Parts: sequence; C-alpha cells; structure tokens
Amino acid sequence: MTDWDNTKPILEIENLSISFFTRLREIPAVMDFSCTVMPGEAMGLVGESGCGKSTVALAVMRDLGKNGRIVGGSIKFKGRDLTNMSEPELRKLRGSEIAMIYQEPMASLNPAMKIGAQLAEVPMIHQGMPRDQALALARQIVADVRLPDPDRILQAYPHQLSGGQQQRIVIAMALMSKPALLILDEPTTALDVTVEAGIVDLVKDLGEKYGTSMLFISHNLGLVLDVCDRLCVMYSGEAVETGNVAQVFDDMRHPYTQALFRSIPLPGADKTSRPLVAIPGNFPLPHERPKGCNFGPRCEYFTDGRCNAGDIPMVPAPGDRHATRCIRSTEIDWNAPIRIGKAVQKTPVGDVVLRMEDLRKYYNVSSGSFGGGVSKVVKANETLSFEAREGETLAIVGESGCGKSTFAKVLMGLETATSGKIFLYNQDIQDTPIEKRSTDTVSSVQMVFQNPFDTLNPSMNVGRQIIRALEIFNEGKSDADRHARMLELLDLVKLPRAFAERMPRQLSGGQKQRVGIARAFAGGAKIVVADEPVSALDVSVQAAVTDLLMEIQRKNRTTLLFISHDLSIVRYLSDRVMVMYLGHVVELGTTDQVFSPPYHPYTEALLSAVPIADTRVKKKRIVLEGDIPSAMNPPPGCPFQTRCRWKSQVPGGLCDREMPPVVTLAAGHQIKCHLSAEVLNGMEPVITIAAE
Amino acid sequence: MLKFVLRRSLVMLLTALCLTFIVFFMTNLAPNLEKLAKSEASARMSDDEVASWLEKNGFGQPLLVRYGEWLGVLPGWTVTENGETRGRCIASPASAADAPAFCGVLQGDWGTSTVFKDSVGSILSRSLGATAWLMLWVMIVMVPTSLLLGVLSGMREGSKLDRVLSTVAIASTATPEYVSGVILVVIFASATAGLSPLLFEWGLISSKTLFLGTATSAMDGITFWNFALPVLTIALYGIGYIARMTRASMTEVMVQQYIRTARLKGVSFRQVVIRHALRNALIAPFTVIMLQFPWLLNGVVIVETLFNYKGFGWTLVQAAGNNDIELLLGCSVVAVFVVLVTQLMSDIGYVFLNPRIRLA
Repeated sequence: MTDWDNTKPILEIENLSISFFTRLREIPAVMDFSCTVMPGEAMGLVGESGCGKSTVALAVMRDLGKNGRIVGGSIKFKGRDLTNMSEPELRKLRGSEIAMIYQEPMASLNPAMKIGAQLAEVPMIHQGMPRDQALALARQIVADVRLPDPDRILQAYPHQLSGGQQQRIVIAMALMSKPALLILDEPTTALDVTVEAGIVDLVKDLGEKYGTSMLFISHNLGLVLDVCDRLCVMYSGEAVETGNVAQVFDDMRHPYTQALFRSIPLPGADKTSRPLVAIPGNFPLPHERPKGCNFGPRCEYFTDGRCNAGDIPMVPAPGDRHATRCIRSTEIDWNAPIRIGKAVQKTPVGDVVLRMEDLRKYYNVSSGSFGGGVSKVVKANETLSFEAREGETLAIVGESGCGKSTFAKVLMGLETATSGKIFLYNQDIQDTPIEKRSTDTVSSVQMVFQNPFDTLNPSMNVGRQIIRALEIFNEGKSDADRHARMLELLDLVKLPRAFAERMPRQLSGGQKQRVGIARAFAGGAKIVVADEPVSALDVSVQAAVTDLLMEIQRKNRTTLLFISHDLSIVRYLSDRVMVMYLGHVVELGTTDQVFSPPYHPYTEALLSAVPIADTRVKKKRIVLEGDIPSAMNPPPGCPFQTRCRWKSQVPGGLCDREMPPVVTLAAGHQIKCHLSAEVLNGMEPVITIAAE
Repeated sequence: MLKFVLRRSLVMLLTALCLTFIVFFMTNLAPNLEKLAKSEASARMSDDEVASWLEKNGFGQPLLVRYGEWLGVLPGWTVTENGETRGRCIASPASAADAPAFCGVLQGDWGTSTVFKDSVGSILSRSLGATAWLMLWVMIVMVPTSLLLGVLSGMREGSKLDRVLSTVAIASTATPEYVSGVILVVIFASATAGLSPLLFEWGLISSKTLFLGTATSAMDGITFWNFALPVLTIALYGIGYIARMTRASMTEVMVQQYIRTARLKGVSFRQVVIRHALRNALIAPFTVIMLQFPWLLNGVVIVETLFNYKGFGWTLVQAAGNNDIELLLGCSVVAVFVVLVTQLMSDIGYVFLNPRIRLA
C-alpha cells in the first residue's frame, strides 16, 4: 500500500445506495451518494439526524449490521472497491488503514479492559508487534494526544477517566497504526464546549502531523467550518450540496443549505429585529419520501410539476468541485436578502418576580463500595444571588457539573436549599418542598424539560396529559371547560387540534417539546424554567421551538429562565446572562455586557470555544487545559484558577488562596474575579465580524 | 465492607430465628405430638395416657418456653418421678446431678432424632458431607457447560446455532427434576427398557444396566457409574437456566458499542468474543449461579430420594415424613444458613467482579 499515488483520491464513493431491510419493506437509507476525499483532506458530512450520514460512515467500514445492505454503487478506498471485499481482507483494513472515532467515548471503550491493553491490541493485530513494544507505542501515542501522566492512564479502566480523556483515548486508538483515513462520527457531541474545543484542536493538529484524510460527520455547521476543507450537506438520504467549505457557506446553491443557515442563530440574529427563519414542516420519514426533490414540500422555491416530476440529479455549480441537487439552482436569486418575518417590539421588563439571596445547596455523598466510607460534601450551588423580572429572559450558562440543574431543582422545590432565600413575589419558598407548595405556587413556577422523549407519559394521549395538568392546577370549572382550554393551549403552541387524540409516540421530537411547553403554561405560569429545551432537537426544529417560546413569553409576560450550554442560542434570545462555574456565578450581566469585553476569564474561554458557522467571524482561540475539577473536590481559592490563563496577571498568588469577591463593573454587570480593572479593560473581544 | 457483612449477618440471624420458630410451631401442633407420643410409647394409648406421656416428657409446657429450651436460652425441663430425675439435658438417670442446665442449639446440642436414634448433629454432618459431594459434582458439570452453551448461543443472536442451543436450554430448564430423573433412569439404568438391554444383548456391557439406578453405593465410593445420573439430573435443570441468563447477557454485550469498536479495530470475531465480550458478559450470570445454590437444595431433595442417596435431602424427607421434630428443625436451620450465606457471597463477589461498582 506504500506505493499509493498521492494525487489520486483516498476515498471515492460513487452512486452509493444503502437500504435497510425489515420484515415489512425495504427502507432506503442512502440514495445515490457520491463524494471524494483526497489525501490529507478533511471532508465534512453535515445533516440532521436521520439523514443517513452515519450510515455512510458505517458503509465505508462495511459494518451495516444484519439488516443493512449496499444495494448499489461503489466505495473505492485507495482504488480498491470495498463493497466486494471479503471479511479477512476487510479486517486487515479496519483499524490499520481506516479507523473510526465514535460519538460516545464511554460506550465505545471496553469497561472491563485496561486502557493500555485496548490500545496495544491494534498494532499487535495488524503488525504482529510484541506486547511490550506495542505498550511502548501506546504510551507514546497517549502522550501525543496530550493526556497527562500516560503511565497511569495505560493502567486505568475507562470509567476512571473523564469524558474528554476517554475521547482522547478513542482518538489515540484510531491513530495507533497511522491510518490513511479517519472517520469521525460526531466525535464531540457528548462533550462540553470547552472540552470540545480541545478535541477539535487536537484532531486538526494530528491530521496535519500525520497527513491523515478525514471524514468528519457532524450536525454542527460551526464545527465543520473549523475542521473541514470540503463539505457535503445531506438531506433525507441524499447529498444535496457538496463543495468547498467557504464556497458552500458563502455561495450556497441549494435551498436546504440556505434554510439551514437561516435557522441557526449566528451573530447578528436577534429575537426582535431579525428573528430566525424556521424550516416549515417536518423531516420526511424514509418510507414516506416525496416524489422528486425530497426537500420539495418544505422548500420556498418549490415549483409544482418540475421539482416533483422525477429524480433530481446532482448538477455542477460555480466553483471548485461544487455541485448541488437542485434543478432551479441557476434561476434562484441566491443573494436576495432574507425576507424578514414580522419584526416585533422588544417587551419591556416589569417588576422583580423572583429573587434569590445567597442560595446554597450542598449534597452529602458517601464513598466506598459497601456504603459507609468517608462522606463528602458536594457544593452544587454556592452563594447564588440574582433577581429576575417579569417578561425577562435570563439565561443560565455553564458546562456540565456547574450546578445549573441543581439550581433549577431548588427553585422548583424538588430539593430544598441548604441555606439562603428564594423569594417569589416576596414570599419565601426556599424551604418548601414541592409537595407542600400551594397549587398557585406550583402552577406559577413551571419547567420545560431537556428531553421531550422521556417526559411525556407514553400511554396517555396528548390532550389527556394537558388536561391532567389543568386539573392539578385547578383550572377550569368543568371537564368541558378544561377541554376547551386544552385546545386553546394546543393553538398556543401551534399544534393542530387533532393532535389532542394522538399518542406521544406518533409525534416528532419538536412536536413533543411543544406539548411539554403547553403543559408548562397550562396553569398560566409566571416563571418557566427551560432546561436545555432545544438541545435534543434538530437544528431546523430548534429555531421553531425557540421562537414559539419567545412568542408565548411576549404574550403572557412570562419570566423565562433559560438554562443552556449553547451560547449562540443564548445570545440570540436572552436579555441577561448568568455564567456559572462549579456552583459559583462568575459573571452576570445583560447579554451585550457578557458577550463583549471585559469578560470573566471563563466566559472568554467559553465564547471562544463555541463554533460559529460563519466565515466572516474571526475568533481568538483559547483552549482551556485540563478538565472541569470535580465538585466533590474543588480547588482552593478561585474555582477557575486551575484552568485560567489570566492567573499570572494577579499578583501574589491571590487566586490560589482567596475566593474572589463579586465586583460590579457597570450597572448590572458583575463578575467574580481578582483581575484588576486595568487588565479587565484591556481585554480584546473574542469574536469579531469582518466588515463586508 | 465489615459493616456490610455485619449487617447482613444480623439479618441472617433474624431470618433463621423466624423460620425455625415457624417450623417449630408447625411440628409441635397437637396432632403431631399425639403421633409422636404414640410412636414413642405405645400405639394403643388412650387420649389420657397420651396427655400424661406428653406432660412427663416436657411437651406440656407453653410453646415459647419449649422453643427457648430448644434454642438453649431457657433451662431444659426436668421431671422427678419415682425418685428418678429425667430431663431434656439428662442423658441417663445416673448422671442427672451433673447434667448442664441448658442444652439447646446454642450449646451445640441439636437434640436426638427419633427416627434414626442418633444425635441430630451427627446425622446432619454425615448427610451434609454426602450432599456436598453431590453439589460439588453438579457445579463442576453445570457451570462450565451452561456458560459455554450461553456464550455460544449469545455471540450470534438469531443464528442456527443459537436457535438449536436455545431450544436445548429451554427444554432442559422446563423439565423438572422428578421428570428428567425418571426419564434418565428409564433410558440408561433400566434392565428392561431404554439402552441397557440393547447394549447387554450386544455384549457391550457386562452388567445388566449401563448406569446404576441407585446412588446408595456412592456413599462408600463415588464412581462415574453410580453418580452420573443423579448429578446429571440436577445439573440439567440448572444448565438450561444459567445458559439462558448467559445468553441474554451475551447478546446484550455483543451489540454494545465497544464490541463494534473492537470489530472495527480489525479484531477477528473469535478474539472479539474471547477478549472483549466474555468478561463483560459473565457479570450477570455470576449472580444467577450463586442464586442457584438454594435451588440446588430443592433439587437435592427430589434427586436424593429418587436415587436413594442418603444426603441432606433424603434426611429432610425422612424427618418430615416421620414427624422427627428435632431433625426437621436442624434441617431447616441448615437450609436457611445455606441460602443466606450464598446470598452474601454473591453480593460480595459481584462487587469484586465488576470494576465499575468499586467506587474510587
């Protein structure tokens, strides 16, 4: 394989079609898919869930399972067709020439095998390397993926490592035999943003160092812009547009690509002046695809008789190897400005409805295999103080383990606070668990949950679930009353009234989340805690659900506490932002204040870590070293000091010793940091948008 | 760890107390005592004579007092009659003066069996020894066979091999011991039916039957021919059960992502199964195997009776059938002990087998 000509493509997929066979029917998962990856090139595969991007990756590995079969086309790797290779030939290729990195690192490492053994296995199989030599190589690669203390890690079991470390091990495993092609299937989806930024940097560097070609699968356009040279957008089993990353981002030639970009919150989008444009309708199910263009029914440029007449072929578009699956690509005016929906008035904020003072929540946990052991205190929330006003959106931002969910639980009354006060309309509720709260309090503080798939009772129809909420909140005088109110609620969340009779399993993710929202607003909630309400949804659905929340908020003057780790969406919809780290509020201010300097060092890193799908945006790259410390064992002094890049600017090692005080920088903008005012004022913005 | 074991032991003790009391209560019901009196003294006693015999032999006291005596927390009864002192703790009238006041389970005195005319302690230790050999061989046969069966059928779910092995496993676990035992005897150990007459006719075996239909001779020396059938009878049931569990656990492991990782690393299927899947798949069946111990006791009762092997099960049947109160109580204490100790062992073993349960 060494005599491979470097000018020819590493991977050439031509007219690939894959189907899954069930007892009922054949379900085509991928149709007529072609793409080419040159040596050293990073190819991005982008699309929403169910579009077939992971199926393509598994087809390259020839691991489609029992039901999946390649029904047409070819996959050529270094000129050899993979589709008709025998099992032993494939085995020689897998792991040595083509390696794969997976979405969930924890699940893809063997829990009962030491890391060292799992890594050393690769060269032992493929090069027949002796065990000690293989372990030495493993040690070197582990150091290459920038893991501290490689000797200890080789001896560890997967569950002893953090998520970020596990993903680095999976990457190390893929690199053990220096593959020519690396397939990355959503490698960072399960990780926090700051950890994600580290992994993405690593992957890019290693790609350059070893000259590896990459097939990078992601639903995150910003990430693809960061990593890839070329990109292929998929929709419902087909490639709809392929080309250079810059070309596709700036001169897109397919309506779906365009719609996708308009539905994600880029800098410049604003909930009042330039709202997101959601893609209407739903993703077609694989066996219910329309005739002709799959995107036709949702496309604003759809013309009857042409788009649904027959199969749509890929046609070249201007630019280098740029192609699109749209027969109207030359007719559409791609530079036409976005038709702005109805711009709305910014809602004025009212009185304070919720106030928290010095709220603390500690948990006692015990260690040891059989109970007993030493009990430790986990400080999930430390001195949380803020107020929220009527009609305001307050975003709570932070990575996993920062205490944002604990805070929501305490507010809801699922847990009671360890100390501190929560005032709801001047009535303190911090010590009242939810069972003891009055119906009024319960109905006025409601929650929209992260995962719409688990929060609806699967054996009760939608209408019944909403009526149940109404009954509990003592809404309506009679059953007929409540039924009418339920229908109104369905109108409110823009679901057809017929949905009242449907079961949750008949609904898509976005629709389920709408039901969740309807239920939360059933009792006329004054405060709604939305815990990552859109993170489980696809990009095109996110926009619609977000806008719905905003619209209901404007109508009902609800206070929205929006918990999220996605800074793009936070910037788009929130009025004020609270940044949390290890149970502390490190920064609190209006959205503009938080998103522009001076920053708290953590906010700065967080902002720089978020991938933005816009070629005009220039970002300063700040990669945080290491992992988030455990809340069980927080560092002394400032919680962020272990990862802070500004630490050296504070004289006298103050960060190691003392918890920083809360400093008010401007009206309503407070920050918990030892940095002096001069240093803070000297900070440069992380994100700049190049002038057009 | 110590606290955990201690807590479990306490629970165990409490369970043993409750259970023995129930057995004590049942065996001491009036009709049982009457039967006992008639079998010990004379079968033709009148009701009054029965009452006075019971009174004289310490059965007249309240139930709880007698339970206390059996346990050894209350002093044993004594009756002085015609200048002779007899009592629970007095072996012969001559040694009445220096007999201890307490004699119960706590003092190591389990009483005397009325059927075997021997002390319960020595009967139990002898029969438990015999049963231990049976159990040992059952385990030696059952565990490897069932794990092999389970792994082989679980590694390729839905394959022909899986279907065949699953059918075997279901059939074997669905057949109770008293059925499979009889069938095995008919096929292998009958002089008139099954294989033995044929083999004898062809001159392949010198004795009348291939295997021995009774395991009594195994008490003196275990051979393949006298022990195979009882062991197989008990093992068959367990094999099917454990194999099903192992299969379920194996199929679950085989669809895990780390198995895909291993496969896409280029590991061959054999190695995927042996190196990656096996240890993970064995965690769940371990508990099941430990839970099989109590079940084995169950099977032991039937099989030992069927094959006339004088072990624990056989003793239990004899004791229950002959209203042998103290022997029955002894048996129940042993049974409770075996069940609870295996539970404790399985809980502890599970923690050591699964690295994720060990908290850092």
